[in-house]
Amino acid sequence: MTQAPERTRPIDRQATSTGPAVGRPLDRIDGVAKTSGAARYAAEYPYPGLAHAALVHAEITRGRITGLDTAAAEALDGVLAVLTHRNAPQMAPTPRQSMLNLSSLAPGTSVNYLNTDEVHWDGQPVAVVVAETLDAALAAARLVKVTYQELPATVDFAAAQGTATVAAGNPLMPAEAKKGDAEAALAAAPVRVDLTFTTPPQNHNALEPHATTAVWEGNRLTVHDSTQNIDWVRRHLALKFGVPSDGVRVLAEHVGGGFGGKSMVWPGTILTALAARVTGRPVRMMLTREGVYRTVGGRTPSVQRVALGAERDGTLTALVHTGVSRIGRTGGAPEPVGSQSRHLYAAQNILIRHSTVTLDVISNTPMRAPGEAIGTFALETAVDALAVELGVDPIELRMRNEPDRDPLSGKQFSRRNLRAAYARGAERFGWAGRSPQPRSMRDGTKLVGWGVASAFHIPFRVPANVAVRLGADGRVLVRCGFHEIGVGAATAQAQIAADALGVPVDAVTVEYGDTDLPIGPGAGGSAQTASVAAGVLRACEELRRSALALATRSPGSPLRGRRLTELEARDGGLYLSGRPGDGESYAAILTRAARPALEARVGSDTRLGRAAGMVRFIGGMVNDRRRWVRAATGAHFCEVLVDEDTGEVRVSRWVSVFDVGTVINAKTATSQLRGGIVMGIGTALTEETLVDPRTGRIMNPGLAEYHVPVQADVPHMDVSYLDEPDPTMPLGLLGVGEVGITGAAAAVANAVHHATGVRVRNLPIRLDTLW
Amino acid sequence: MVAVKLRVNGSTELLELEPRVSLLDALREHLGLTGTKKGCNQGACGACTVLVDGERINACLALAVQYAEREITTIEGVGSQERHPLQDAFVAEDGFQCGYCTSGQICSAIGMLAEHRAGAPSAVTPHLAAGPAELSDAEIKERMSGNLCRCGAYDGITSAIARVAR
Repeated sequence: MTQAPERTRPIDRQATSTGPAVGRPLDRIDGVAKTSGAARYAAEYPYPGLAHAALVHAEITRGRITGLDTAAAEALDGVLAVLTHRNAPQMAPTPRQSMLNLSSLAPGTSVNYLNTDEVHWDGQPVAVVVAETLDAALAAARLVKVTYQELPATVDFAAAQGTATVAAGNPLMPAEAKKGDAEAALAAAPVRVDLTFTTPPQNHNALEPHATTAVWEGNRLTVHDSTQNIDWVRRHLALKFGVPSDGVRVLAEHVGGGFGGKSMVWPGTILTALAARVTGRPVRMMLTREGVYRTVGGRTPSVQRVALGAERDGTLTALVHTGVSRIGRTGGAPEPVGSQSRHLYAAQNILIRHSTVTLDVISNTPMRAPGEAIGTFALETAVDALAVELGVDPIELRMRNEPDRDPLSGKQFSRRNLRAAYARGAERFGWAGRSPQPRSMRDGTKLVGWGVASAFHIPFRVPANVAVRLGADGRVLVRCGFHEIGVGAATAQAQIAADALGVPVDAVTVEYGDTDLPIGPGAGGSAQTASVAAGVLRACEELRRSALALATRSPGSPLRGRRLTELEARDGGLYLSGRPGDGESYAAILTRAARPALEARVGSDTRLGRAAGMVRFIGGMVNDRRRWVRAATGAHFCEVLVDEDTGEVRVSRWVSVFDVGTVINAKTATSQLRGGIVMGIGTALTEETLVDPRTGRIMNPGLAEYHVPVQADVPHMDVSYLDEPDPTMPLGLLGVGEVGITGAAAAVANAVHHATGVRVRNLPIRLDTLW
Repeated sequence: MVAVKLRVNGSTELLELEPRVSLLDALREHLGLTGTKKGCNQGACGACTVLVDGERINACLALAVQYAEREITTIEGVGSQERHPLQDAFVAEDGFQCGYCTSGQICSAIGMLAEHRAGAPSAVTPHLAAGPAELSDAEIKERMSGNLCRCGAYDGITSAIARVAR
């Protein structure tokens, strides 16, 4: 029973490039660059006269700087400058965050680094050292002596629970939701579970530490930055330094992972630009791994209560999911842990409430599926506990409460087929062979546990400006300032554009990761692929129309008098549907018209154009949300082996079936979903940022002490799809960046319960949690 | 400053280095060989793995001056003549996402396969006396656990190595 399913090798169908590109598991177009060391990341661009910078971090929790001794650092050979609040030039203050100005959300905190003597958290940058060499910068940073006047601070999340207040919600993410009287229904329910869960702080730990290379020429600034949002970096740096934003160019061709940690602008980026401004030299700064923990926010800890009331047949009468998360005094947003609980079960009475406590720690920031990643752990563990209480199979309990419409709002689901996902997953996993009693399955000396949980994530959509150029040589150039943080974004867009114009994938070049391109979306919220696809599809449609218009002007064209609806784009041109050869290639059309290329552009980068685009976009989104609830979903199946003597938990088998609409590229999508599951396994078993409850200082700021899953912690993961399009999305696709992590930790915890009979409510599950 | 003669990817490089410069920083900052990555600078992640006389080491934990006159191979040297089968297998099996750990994974895998060929056991090898262990998925995973991949491309990495090794 613990045999891993035979490793299925993806079939390489690249060679046979006939038929649509969308849906083919193509190799990544940057694969050769990434496997040969040729792909450059932000700290890898050479500049003549390049200097290196390093940060000095505050060693108190809250207070004021009263003394600075930089003499020893300045005296060190090769040191060019030691910048502190005493000598750093004034930068514009960071604006207040406002939902009306999305780029005001860019900075991770509101602190005016090096323009203030105030310290707001342990680890805040208080000085930056610039030197000729990296080693000199790092050595000098250690020589800077800072003295402080300490002020009282509140940092202990557990102790601060009494100060929690209901979060400030917004129309898209209200802090509270109610249907009926859930507490009364809970009290009256014949069967109920009422459980409290805790999840620890976590850090993203993208393998590439945050890095910036900054070069000034007069008031023009070029920045290579490790970021998930080049446009936010550009606009925030323009604001801070008081220069026009069109003179700031931000480049990020390759980003070594993000997971939300590179979505906002953190101090390293700003201070590298500052160091370059002051010294007049190109400056590079890669944060130390410790520096990432100290200056970039992570995931908030949470305390959550999930209470479920049910009839004896399993019909849910009450669902209560409340949670408390943490925000920093200088920034951060509530993590909506009840998000999925609004939509997953047809409970008659529902109460969702989200509260926050404010602490003197670095602001939290989104980390893969903020809300659902840890919210599903609580909800899906409670559902498993209710199934045990009722003596019902946990899948059966879920199916008995599977809603036809959104339980809270009564809106339609754009699509929903969790039943099919569970049915297929159960078959692939062999769920029918499960003996329901905890501790009833064994493999030699190991206890065997099988658990399930649902995955649920609502993908965002954001505006994307796109330009597509169709050349007389038959080549296509897609230009959009989106991001490649590892998701295969450029490969997917090449496939989409190839089909939309009827050209082979290798005829498409995609340019991205550069603010000189039309402004694209940030990489976050599982939004990028669909958001860019919408623009690519519209631009390609415009190109087809322009090509036809050119053709019909010529008496010799076989397309003369034809309408676009009669034609299809294939074989590098426009041809009558179902009539091979009856039509014309783009090359022929453009050559005859003596046009080197046609270009189509969607969206506008002008200030007015952007504002109009944003209004249109928000209008569309409100309308969209009024009509339906749209989510990526899935069913996870997990097997664990638990050592009866030591309590060691090993994940030995994994099956997931996802309902994520159309899959553009199963090779890259599967990798992304597996990556989410791996992070979910880490959430369940190993990951925890340890915070000193006295000082708020992170005590394990490194990969040796913060344990991300390694190869041996993760089994082969059997990932498959329903692959049915979502009728409300471009090409029917739903983003897959986040749904994989949701539910994964619960599937592990439920398997652990099945193996051991121990219901774990506090993550991570450690040896001492079990026995 | 000390003069250091480093032999990297078949060529000899003469450098003037501070003795405290790590092999990793010498490669990245002084020789411009940025294919070797810095992920933690404390030997915990494996992104900086290079081959020294065919054996895999963490370049961040090595001082450059210690490796004078040794044969150092970085990812740039792995496929300099023609692409190594592992490089193609990583692409075919999607053994990476962001690509930042990939150079280290590939160098580590080359070193690991050599260790296995030489009969070295691992923590999951069942019987040390029974001769060299078959390179099962479990053996690959155990032997590659010093190379972190935060994107979680472990499945693809194991498949890529298995495709080349078996």
